[in-house]
Amino acid sequence: MHEYSIVGALIEQVDATARSRGAIAVRRVCVRLGELSGVDRDLLATAYEVFRERTVCADAALSIEPVSARWECSRCGCELRRHGALRCGVCGSAARLAQGDEILLTRIEMEVE
Amino acid sequence: MCQTCGCGDERVVTVELHERILKANENEAHHNREHFDSAGVLAINLMGSPGSGKTALIEATARALGPRGVKIVALSGDLATDHDGERLRAAGIPAATITTGSTCHLDAAMVHRGLHDIAWEDRDVLFIENVGNLVCPAIYDLGQHLNVVALAVTEGEDKPLKYPVMFRSADLVVLTKADLLPHLPEVRVASFQDALGRVMPQPRMELVSARTGQGMEQWMSWLRERRTESLQTRRVAVAGDQNHLFFK
Repeated sequence: MHEYSIVGALIEQVDATARSRGAIAVRRVCVRLGELSGVDRDLLATAYEVFRERTVCADAALSIEPVSARWECSRCGCELRRHGALRCGVCGSAARLAQGDEILLTRIEMEVE
Repeated sequence: MCQTCGCGDERVVTVELHERILKANENEAHHNREHFDSAGVLAINLMGSPGSGKTALIEATARALGPRGVKIVALSGDLATDHDGERLRAAGIPAATITTGSTCHLDAAMVHRGLHDIAWEDRDVLFIENVGNLVCPAIYDLGQHLNVVALAVTEGEDKPLKYPVMFRSADLVVLTKADLLPHLPEVRVASFQDALGRVMPQPRMELVSARTGQGMEQWMSWLRERRTESLQTRRVAVAGDQNHLFFK
């Protein structure tokens, strides 16, 4: 289960940003997680609960924004049917993932003096 | 003032970001890739389930490449043992093991440390044999040039649909243990191809048996093409041009 290592990296990033901004506490951390990111939302939330103790995130809630996968034609840009073949029904070109592989830290709400 | 939750607390500030959470690993991977490029070594991240035939594929590849003067080296990720490393060394392949303990995947820093345990710079192809797992290894860039996924014919045709993240990242799927197909009348190779077409934008699969050698020539051709591309793309101008030594 790699969600623990993801949370470790997340808390390090929050810590670095909080320090650079002179924060005295972090209230909320927001992440964006794609359907094809390979990271499980529930496992990430569980790992966060375990890891945040005695870190900068000890009192920070975690918000996870899911992003569904969207495939589109790499040539004509039209959207492809979910779970179908990854080839454009119109022009036959290969598909590209337009969204859905994100593992992003998007927002930190922090308390400053 | 807090703009987000409306609490009105003036001490709360909101910082908007767009930071990849795995960026530290990606930086480390970039560093590894620079090493591979400057040495002119093609690095392959070989992934797949436990028992899919990753080690056997490397052994068979060494047997096929040895007579052609192509030198390979391997780094093998394993939770607890050095068994794969021992097998690879017994097959004449310089190999070191990265023991991951309870960690279910390799990351770029582990590979970097592993590279210190073995002479790899004078080789042509580095196989990084990942921990047997179809989930976690998929999202960690190790600095490799290519992802290859070993999938055994016994694993079921729907594996690509169940593990889309892994198969989406693959440059090639090697369908292994082809010699077992006569014993598996219900298994259809076309079904694997169909499933891959739903998760891989550029589906590419080779049917291989490490035991009988079936399909090894096609796998070698694929390796040769990728090696040639990578040398051209990165303009690794090795003195004397190693390209002519490759796959004579």
